[in-house]
Amino acid sequence: MDFNAFFAQYGALLAQGTWDTIVMTVLSTLFAYVLGIPLGVLVTITADDGLWPHKACNRILGWIVNIGRSIPFIILLVAIIPFTRFVVGTSLGVPGAIVPLVVSAAPFVARMVEQSLREIDGSLIEAAQSMGASTWQIVWKVYLKESVPSLVRGASIVFITLFGYAAMAGTVGAGGLGDIAIRYGYQRYQTDVMIVTIIILIVLVQIVQSIGDVTARKLDKRNR
Amino acid sequence: MIKIEHLYKTYHADDPERRHEALKDINLTIDDGEVYGIIGESGAGKSTLVRNINLLERPTEGTIVIDGKDVTDYKGKQLLDLRKNIGMIFQHFSLFAQRTVLGNVMFPMEVQGKKKDEAEKRALELLDMVGLADRAENYPSQLSGGQQQRVAIARALANEPTIMLCDEATSALDTMTTKQILKLLHRVNKELGVTIVLITHSMTVAEAICDRVAVIENGSIVEEGPTKEVFANPQSHMARALLGLEDVDEDGRPVGELDEFDAEMSREFAAPHAASAAEGKAE
Ligand SMILES: Nc1ncnc2c1ncn2[C@@H]1O[C@H](COP(=O)(O)OP(=O)(O)OP(=O)(O)O)[C@@H](O)[C@H]1O
Ligand SMILES: [Mg+2]
Repeated sequence: MDFNAFFAQYGALLAQGTWDTIVMTVLSTLFAYVLGIPLGVLVTITADDGLWPHKACNRILGWIVNIGRSIPFIILLVAIIPFTRFVVGTSLGVPGAIVPLVVSAAPFVARMVEQSLREIDGSLIEAAQSMGASTWQIVWKVYLKESVPSLVRGASIVFITLFGYAAMAGTVGAGGLGDIAIRYGYQRYQTDVMIVTIIILIVLVQIVQSIGDVTARKLDKRNR
Repeated sequence: MIKIEHLYKTYHADDPERRHEALKDINLTIDDGEVYGIIGESGAGKSTLVRNINLLERPTEGTIVIDGKDVTDYKGKQLLDLRKNIGMIFQHFSLFAQRTVLGNVMFPMEVQGKKKDEAEKRALELLDMVGLADRAENYPSQLSGGQQQRVAIARALANEPTIMLCDEATSALDTMTTKQILKLLHRVNKELGVTIVLITHSMTVAEAICDRVAVIENGSIVEEGPTKEVFANPQSHMARALLGLEDVDEDGRPVGELDEFDAEMSREFAAPHAASAAEGKAE
């Protein structure tokens, strides 16, 4: 294989595809957290043994999260096309992919957040209560603050998952690396394009995971 | 003054299978400026009793009166203000791992909306008082257990409480460190005039620091009085058992003569209390 010729032909395409995939993933991770954090916090504190027990609220949120979690992404992607069009005006391209990515990731993020918060020792919550902290202050200054390293670790998992989803979205008009892999690698039998796409995906995932691990470790003050 | 009247606490009151009467008709008066000990076996209800004082747990029945005010039904702002006045320390310190020592001591002031520079100034004074001013920028994981408990004491004092609750505050510490912490609590009591309610299952600790003690067994107070009197002349079986003078079964009934093993165990566990308690007081 002639690398120079390959990159002359496909370099710009792959660069654009990589960039689109990254933009899709970053933006949808961000929006998924904007929705998922409040959802995860509410699920945690409204539990029976939570800070603000509320059975009905907890059940309903639990259902929403579970429904969201049980629909495979590729189905959700096409099923909510009308909704996607309503929100961003199109079901194609990067904006068209972000909506289903966020819808499918928010419940996932909620569960990740819930899991991180549940790791916080109950006696810390009590200590904060005994100091006269309000529910809101405890959420903010104890639950979220104390679970930062765990949240960061969760975020790298979410990011990598969404990365895979973004590639899937590429197959139905979202562009990005998934689109390139299907159009060139699969439909036109260009194995070299397929391989390079896969390598780019692998490298990006490794980078994100490493950044996530290092950041979480740096942030965690429990390590001496 | 803390006045507890006819306090009952029943967990899972409406579920016959899990229903558990943790406290039964507790009546107690704790005077201002005293160190009040609550002693008893594991599961006796000591923590439950103390947690009813700052309403971490709600009484099923009965009233809690603090400084003449019935606080039993306090909610919202009133409740938060009440808790500001009652510091609390725990067996496992319960420091915030992701905050520095200084950040931990500032926390209660932060939640009360105190200005940051004032809070920092006061936090540093408190850390100085507990002898850890030089560790302000460390994280709890970098401190020993005893140091962590001193930080917790500084934190509990941040909002100038008049009452401090200590739930097994020395149970996770060795003898020397326990002495240091007791000495610090003694200072807090004498110099700052803070009323201390102290839970312990250690007779040594109780004898060293408490003015009065209540012995609690299966959710009821079985004996109460000045520490010296209770220790010199224990009336209840439970108090005698805790002092290693006799054995009781699960329901607190005496099982008669100690057999040789039990007698040996009792000597082993109870013997040091007199000697080390005297030391603790002397400090
Ligand atoms: N939240 C709860 N729900 C149900 N039962 C509880 C709860 N908290 C405590 N109990 C029960 O109430 C009883 C008293 O518990 P408590 O924690 O007050 O005991 P304790 O005297 O502090 O014991 P220890 O010395 O082991 O800390 C125990 O039988 C315990 O199982
Ligand atoms: Mg206890």
